[in-house]
Amino acid sequence: MAVTLDQTIEQRQRSRLSEFVGSQTFWVLVAVLLACLFLSFATDSFATAKNLYNITRNVTFVAIIALGMTLVIITGGIDLSVGSVLCLCSMVLAVTMHAGYSIEVGISAAIGTALVVGAFNGVMIAYLNFPPFVVTLGMLSIARSLAMVASNNTVVFQFGPDHDKLLALGGGAWFLGIANPVLYMVVLALLTGFVLRWTRFGRYVFAIGGNEHAATLTGVPVRSIKVAVYMISALSAGVAGIVQTGWLGAVTTNIGAGMELQVIAAAVIGGANLAGGIGTAFGALVGAALIEVIRNSLGLLGINAFWQGTFIGGAIVLAVLFDRIRNFRQSE
Amino acid sequence: MSFTLEAGQVVGLMGDNGAGKSTLVKMIAGNFRPSEGTMRLEGREIVMHRPIEARQHGIEIVHQDLALCNNLTAAANVFLGRELRRGIGPLKVLDYKTMYRRAGEIFRELKSETRPRDLVKQMSGGQRQAVAIARTMLSEAKIVLMDEPTAAISVRQVAEVLNLIRELRDRGIAVVLISHRMPDVFTVADRVIVMRRGRKVADKAITASSPEEVTGLITGAIEQV
Repeated sequence: MAVTLDQTIEQRQRSRLSEFVGSQTFWVLVAVLLACLFLSFATDSFATAKNLYNITRNVTFVAIIALGMTLVIITGGIDLSVGSVLCLCSMVLAVTMHAGYSIEVGISAAIGTALVVGAFNGVMIAYLNFPPFVVTLGMLSIARSLAMVASNNTVVFQFGPDHDKLLALGGGAWFLGIANPVLYMVVLALLTGFVLRWTRFGRYVFAIGGNEHAATLTGVPVRSIKVAVYMISALSAGVAGIVQTGWLGAVTTNIGAGMELQVIAAAVIGGANLAGGIGTAFGALVGAALIEVIRNSLGLLGINAFWQGTFIGGAIVLAVLFDRIRNFRQSE
Repeated sequence: MSFTLEAGQVVGLMGDNGAGKSTLVKMIAGNFRPSEGTMRLEGREIVMHRPIEARQHGIEIVHQDLALCNNLTAAANVFLGRELRRGIGPLKVLDYKTMYRRAGEIFRELKSETRPRDLVKQMSGGQRQAVAIARTMLSEAKIVLMDEPTAAISVRQVAEVLNLIRELRDRGIAVVLISHRMPDVFTVADRVIVMRRGRKVADKAITASSPEEVTGLITGAIEQV
């Protein structure tokens, strides 16, 4: 019997479920769940409310930025400046509020800073054809230096009249006792996932990463999308900075130092391919979760904290290695 | 370089590497702006800044490298740059269902086994070709430009592509076929234009020419006709 048109339209090489189960993201999720299970039995302190609260809160800042980073990585780029942008935006927020302005003004200033930095990165990369690595590496230095200038390299811990509002924003638990940062992370992840899958913009992000030349030839507005993507990345760092400031209650000029590497690791472990064209919002969360579970577990198991880097680096290599082996098997 | 295209006619565009064939066709498709000269469609002068404007005028192109994104599905590639969306007001989402359906219908028309939900990276050369050609059938095209469509596919698929070109011609579409392959051009073209170093050196009915003459024109052994 001939295949009907409807059947042809419905058929695919692998079902959605089997595609997910075969993906790197799925296996990292399994690793996270297994690790949590193991730690619940191996130690007394893992499964406590306090420890889980700490874990989820630590995950959120990396995860929020990893969402923006995932978009950049899908286009085939990279953003090394996110740690410094987090610091700069935190400092702008802090200094503005310390000077007596309201929290709304402070947040607007911080967000505005993030968008300007992102636009600068994006324009250099998309319109002037600078390599992303170079531009964002430069911005990494520039942004942190500007943060030091803004604060004269001091700690800011007085946030003016809206001090309490800021602390509630970052450290409160407004909905069902869930820590606010977690709430923001979930909302932003859902939003990012929706944009990637259901909007034309998301489709174009994937197209640029898959074959930028093809995207240009078919009329995709490649340059403006790239600018937007770097603005989103900087924005995610800015948002994380605002929330973290509220949580910590203080800002120093070394916050976020080295965070870009954690964020990139989270995105890559979660399944984003540095060559471009592949990545998910859920993967960003899962990658961030694995890194934090590793860090937390080393502490609880009494292993020297200096081993952290080895384990996290090992996780990056293993996660991608499994994916490579799987792809290699598939293509045979 | 000056020439006209007629509806329902296949023009074979031939010339050596670097003659300017791809560049010419990309200008017509809106990828490049001509530094000089005018283009007229049905008597009206047109100026195109972007591919989407060319498509709005009914000009479609199949690029030499097919311009496909391996990480996207066949349907996504067909609709790239002109995605269908549904929704209310500014809140629009991609209309997957309609795009899969329409792509499936076009693949059927092309008699291709390509399935709309399959990823391009797992497709054969012929299926990838079908995806690229399917793009030209999304709207009522007046001109279809094809840059080396038979260069990287099997013999059986070459016959299919040439049949498709005839079908496009029979629908009243003007087809420009860039090809290195003399037999293909002499099988399907009504007219042949030969370019050498950015200039037109021949523009005649295919029946009034021969493979030997065209070869001579390409290499420069024959200056001009």
